[in-house]
Amino acid sequence: MVLRIGAIALMAALAAPAAAQPQPATLLAGACQGCHGVTGAGAQGIPAIAQTMTRAEFVAAMQEFRANRREATVMGRIARGYTDAEFAALAAHYGR
Amino acid sequence: MTLSRRTLVGAAAALPLLPRTAGAQARPRIVILGGGFGGASAARFARDHFPDLDITLIERSRRFTTCPYGNLVLAGRKRIDDITFGYERLAARGVRVVHAEAAAVDAEGRAVRLADGSRIPYDRLIMSPGIDLRWGAIEGYDQAASARMPHGWIPSLQPITVLAEQLRAMRQGGVFVMAIPDNPFRCPPGPYERISMVADYLKRHNPRAKILALDAKNGFSKQPLFQDAWAELYPGMIEWRGASSDGRVTRVDVANMTVETEFGEKVRGDVINVIPPQYAAAIARNAGLAADSGWCPIKPESFESARVPNIHVIGDASIAVPMPKSGFAASSHAKQAIAAAAAQLSGRPVPEAVYFNTCYSHVGEDYGISIVGVFRAQGGRLIEVEGSGGISPRNAALPEGRRAEHRRLEALYADGWYESITREMFALS
Ligand SMILES: Cc1cc2nc3c(=O)[nH]c(=O)nc-3n(C[C@H](O)[C@H](O)[C@H](O)COP(=O)(O)OP(=O)(O)OC[C@H]3O[C@@H](n4cnc5c(N)ncnc54)[C@H](O)[C@@H]3O)c2cc1C
Ligand code: HEC
Repeated sequence: MVLRIGAIALMAALAAPAAAQPQPATLLAGACQGCHGVTGAGAQGIPAIAQTMTRAEFVAAMQEFRANRREATVMGRIARGYTDAEFAALAAHYGR
Repeated sequence: MTLSRRTLVGAAAALPLLPRTAGAQARPRIVILGGGFGGASAARFARDHFPDLDITLIERSRRFTTCPYGNLVLAGRKRIDDITFGYERLAARGVRVVHAEAAAVDAEGRAVRLADGSRIPYDRLIMSPGIDLRWGAIEGYDQAASARMPHGWIPSLQPITVLAEQLRAMRQGGVFVMAIPDNPFRCPPGPYERISMVADYLKRHNPRAKILALDAKNGFSKQPLFQDAWAELYPGMIEWRGASSDGRVTRVDVANMTVETEFGEKVRGDVINVIPPQYAAAIARNAGLAADSGWCPIKPESFESARVPNIHVIGDASIAVPMPKSGFAASSHAKQAIAAAAAQLSGRPVPEAVYFNTCYSHVGEDYGISIVGVFRAQGGRLIEVEGSGGISPRNAALPEGRRAEHRRLEALYADGWYESITREMFALS
């Protein structure tokens, strides 16, 4: 990522506030890292999620958690906080 | 940081809207104040994802002992060394770690002044200084009194081992008294995890002892789960009294080892743990970031201060209701604040805000429970996503064959959470 400072920043600072952009996957995944580890490798029984599933499998797993169709202690409560678009972004981040 | 650079920045600060000249100081400077859950997480996240930001972390202590898992030290199930970390690995990843006391924030000059008089200039300041205890809010409870009646709520002020030693030395059949504050305070489930872990210790080492918890409010986080577990694991050991049963402690008498409630009852304890009312740490209050409540209002989409420009306040010091004051919440604020600051410095829109929290609590051996929340910024407020989150199922909602396994797994996953978040914060993986 390149940060342009100077004239562009000045222009932006004077311009009207822009609309929010969708949360990028790195930021969404920031929540998952708190348990699954910063690399998604898992910890103490919490499963690894990085590169363990295809994107489609990953989205399906999240949707099953959301619908209470996959055994979970905590993931159902988590998955119900996110949208399908966010599942897709997370799948692109973590999936194979 | 060289002196000439400081001088240069001081001069430029007078014209904050003008673009800085390219060259030596081309990287925008993010200064992070406080190296705890919010600050260390911010530094790590910035280093991983924003290589073009210059990151300085100011933290007074060289070693950080976490509040989380302190209650397990109390129970004798963890050692203090297990929950203590250093900043070397963050520094090795390119965070400039400055171990110094921040004396003041010069918001106009955009610099943090250290106790030795030197200045650390910033383009954006991320403050995660945590809390201070309100000495005197409970009459007679000051720092001197806390040696006799430990709080165990700010590890750098008083390690949990002080309370742990008193618990170990308590007479057989003694009474462990706790005073618990009204909302808001650091870690809403923390006092009740503490009750549980003290009970876990007593059950094994002092089984006739009792716990009397005096609470300034009428309900608490994960209450049905805690109370079910207390009845199940520690029958007859724990009495919890809420505000409407005269639970609010208003005075302590250290010489007589008593606490006094709102309606004048004097309660003697063999060990007394007072968790006093709290507010944002002094550095934040003195910088004009706090409201009359003592906590710092923020804009929920970025955690920028609602009062002072170019400063984000995250973690316990901020007003982030309905999010709890937790370490996980602080790390969630941290990531959004870094992304927002980076966006603003480069003229891009701030990313949509989605925040997250889970608080696990250990209630007994192989017995864990949790509360989850997903939050979004909407219309200038933080809103919990409907239908998401909530607490672990109660016993009645779990098939009988699954109950013990569910609690055992949550205790195990709690350990996983602790390992993951601390390894991330201190760059151990
Ligand atoms: C018993 C207990 C159990 C808990 N359990 C959990 C749990 O299981 N899960 C969970 O998510 N949360 C838990 N918490 C809550 C968690 O500890 C806090 O919410 C978290 O520490 C808040 O992070 P913070 O960055 O706001 O503050 P802190 O982590 O306290 O960090 C603030 C840092 O700023 C530094 N600082 C302050 N002022 C200055 C200054 N002027 N100059 C230099 N440095 C300064 C301090 O030294 C400190 O290191 C628990 C808390 C307690 C008390
Ligand atoms: C509070 C800890 C915690 C957080 C935060 C968390 N998870 Fe999980 N995750 C778990 C646990 C524990 C399991 C095992 C299932 C269960 O008990 O809920 C799991 C399982 C999973 C699985 C299934 C893995 C498999 O192989 O079966 C996926 C996928 C997953 N999580 C994705 C995520 C994503 C994406 C996020 C972030 C939005 C996330 N998790 C956040 C704890 C967490």
